[in-house]
Amino acid sequence: MARIDLVDLAHSYTGNDAAPESFALKPVTMTWRQGGAYALLGPSGCGKTTLLNVISGIITPSRGKILFDGKDITPLSTQKRNIAQVFQFPVIYDTMTVGQNLAFPLKNRGVPKAEIDKRVAEIGRLLDLEPYLNRKATRLTADAKQKISLGRGLVRSDVAAVLFDEPLTVIDPELKWQLRSKLKALHRELDLTMIYVTHDQTEALTFADTVVVMHDGRVVQSGTPAELFDKPAHTFVGYFIGSPGMNILPAEVRGREARIGGHVIALDRSYDNLPAGAKIEIGVRPEFVDVVAPAPGLLTAKIDRIDDLGRIRFARVRVGDAKLAARARAGFTSGDGSAGLKFDPSHVHVYADSLLVEGAA
Amino acid sequence: MDKTINQKAWFLVLPVFLVVAFSAVLPLMTVVNYSMQDTFGNNQFFWNGVGWFKELLDPSTDLGGRFLASLGRNLFFSLVILAIEVPLGIVVALSMPRQGWTVAACLVILALPLLIPWNVVGTIWQIFGRPDIGLLGYTLNAMGIEYNYVSNDIDAWVTVIVMDVWHWTSLVALLCYAGLKSIPEAYYQAAQIDGASRWAVFKAIQLPKMNRVLLIAVLLRFMDSFMIYTEPFVVTGGGPGNSTTFVSIELVKIALGQFDLGKAAALSLVYNLIILIVCWVFYTVMTNAGVERKAQAEEEPAAERKPAGALQPAPAPALKPKEGVA
Repeated sequence: MARIDLVDLAHSYTGNDAAPESFALKPVTMTWRQGGAYALLGPSGCGKTTLLNVISGIITPSRGKILFDGKDITPLSTQKRNIAQVFQFPVIYDTMTVGQNLAFPLKNRGVPKAEIDKRVAEIGRLLDLEPYLNRKATRLTADAKQKISLGRGLVRSDVAAVLFDEPLTVIDPELKWQLRSKLKALHRELDLTMIYVTHDQTEALTFADTVVVMHDGRVVQSGTPAELFDKPAHTFVGYFIGSPGMNILPAEVRGREARIGGHVIALDRSYDNLPAGAKIEIGVRPEFVDVVAPAPGLLTAKIDRIDDLGRIRFARVRVGDAKLAARARAGFTSGDGSAGLKFDPSHVHVYADSLLVEGAA
Repeated sequence: MDKTINQKAWFLVLPVFLVVAFSAVLPLMTVVNYSMQDTFGNNQFFWNGVGWFKELLDPSTDLGGRFLASLGRNLFFSLVILAIEVPLGIVVALSMPRQGWTVAACLVILALPLLIPWNVVGTIWQIFGRPDIGLLGYTLNAMGIEYNYVSNDIDAWVTVIVMDVWHWTSLVALLCYAGLKSIPEAYYQAAQIDGASRWAVFKAIQLPKMNRVLLIAVLLRFMDSFMIYTEPFVVTGGGPGNSTTFVSIELVKIALGQFDLGKAAALSLVYNLIILIVCWVFYTVMTNAGVERKAQAEEEPAAERKPAGALQPAPAPALKPKEGVA
């Protein structure tokens, strides 16, 4: 049980002297609450696995500290940290039975046999592995193997956090849902901090109460799924989360107006102190842009195609060179291929150099 | 669809059949023929039926005694070198580096003894062990340890065994190293998190993952050492006395030394039969292990095959075009 603090943590695989831009993990300071369910979300190569391995101790960070409940554990080896980790591919000791697999971490730590048996039975029950406890751990399905990997972490009563490194990659789609709900149930039952690495936004958004989005070695936003959706702190978050992603358009912003190629879009807030020389963009999710029949006062767009997703239709449109997605309400027909775009001012965000700017009311 | 019947196709097999007949079947039949006869030279042969085979298996006769004694030496030799080379090979493989230029250096050094021809290996050790000019023999004697492989049975055995260990441990080590390299890094990381000691990692991960290559190593080394001829022949010539005379050396002595073609032929056939049986056991063990693994894999592909499919559903396609842009 622990709160995990990362203080100025950074890591480079080529050593501390590497150029700051080449760091796999750029300096990050953040706190993981005891008992939280976190997801680390980002595309391949964004540093999420590096961060996970730094927390579990497989990698010693080039800089910075990791605190468990305020205690600096950076120099401690993996064994000495109370961390459990589930890997992408199930790790099974295949000469042992399922029960022996679960008992392995306890045996290594010299726990008395009676205590081991009790814990193994308990975790076996918790993970629905009871019928297999005396079976060889080979010849099991991938999801059962993944449960065993998880179980080896959970048997230890001192575990502070369970780390998952894309644990559902090798699991059948229908079993994925089951296993994910199992994880959620375990999280509620056991009051453990869980950190879940994935590049799949559905997995991240359904599993976690806090999603940490990483991009290019940096943590760009950490928040609830709703926050990530409503107020992306970085254009990358807007683009990465949601399907289709947020529309990002270069614009000139002054006061309560954004200008795109001479056309004015009203904003809900006033932006008077934008940093000079920064690249200014506005971002708006497709859900908050409607395509309507062209009319004066509306931004005119050319419709490329309309994607019908069943419950909702998205029009792929073009304004000048910029490509956008916008919602097409029932009854809308593309007609001659041109349309007007109607923005919902309360959901238009302004970004300076990719970072969200809070406007004044 | 009906199968086309064309018996003329058999003629296509004829050349191969002829080649095999002349290169293998006929010589073998000659040996079978000799094994049933006795000769006193001058191309005179006398029918002896299964007499030689009976003698061969009867320890009270000269031929049987020599054959069974050398067979016993052969088995003992194989057991000893296996007992040394396998654990030693594992230890060497475990202590080899995993990355960097040292890997290549280690592999080259390990492979060197394997590249040396058998009789050269024999000559190297023959000279190396000589008490008068050999580095090893001279040093040992200078240190006050009596060592002379020409006159002492035990010294001869030690020399032959050490020579084989020197020559072939590399093979076991290289096979084990290949086995070790195939273990995914995640296993070591998981073991680290599970708090496993070095020994526990070896027992729970490395040994089980190596057992396939170990099986191959053991069987290869067994068969090879069972057929050993050149090295001990060059070093000790089967002596002192008959103490390092293995079956193959005995065979050559009878066939070429005494020109007892009948006895030699019978011995060859029995020797051949033993090796065939060992091969068969080798084959059966391997394929059985294969079947077991296959049955295991039957369920695993569910795991292994999926990744490609599993990543496809809904969200992924929508994300893909973005990664490039982001």
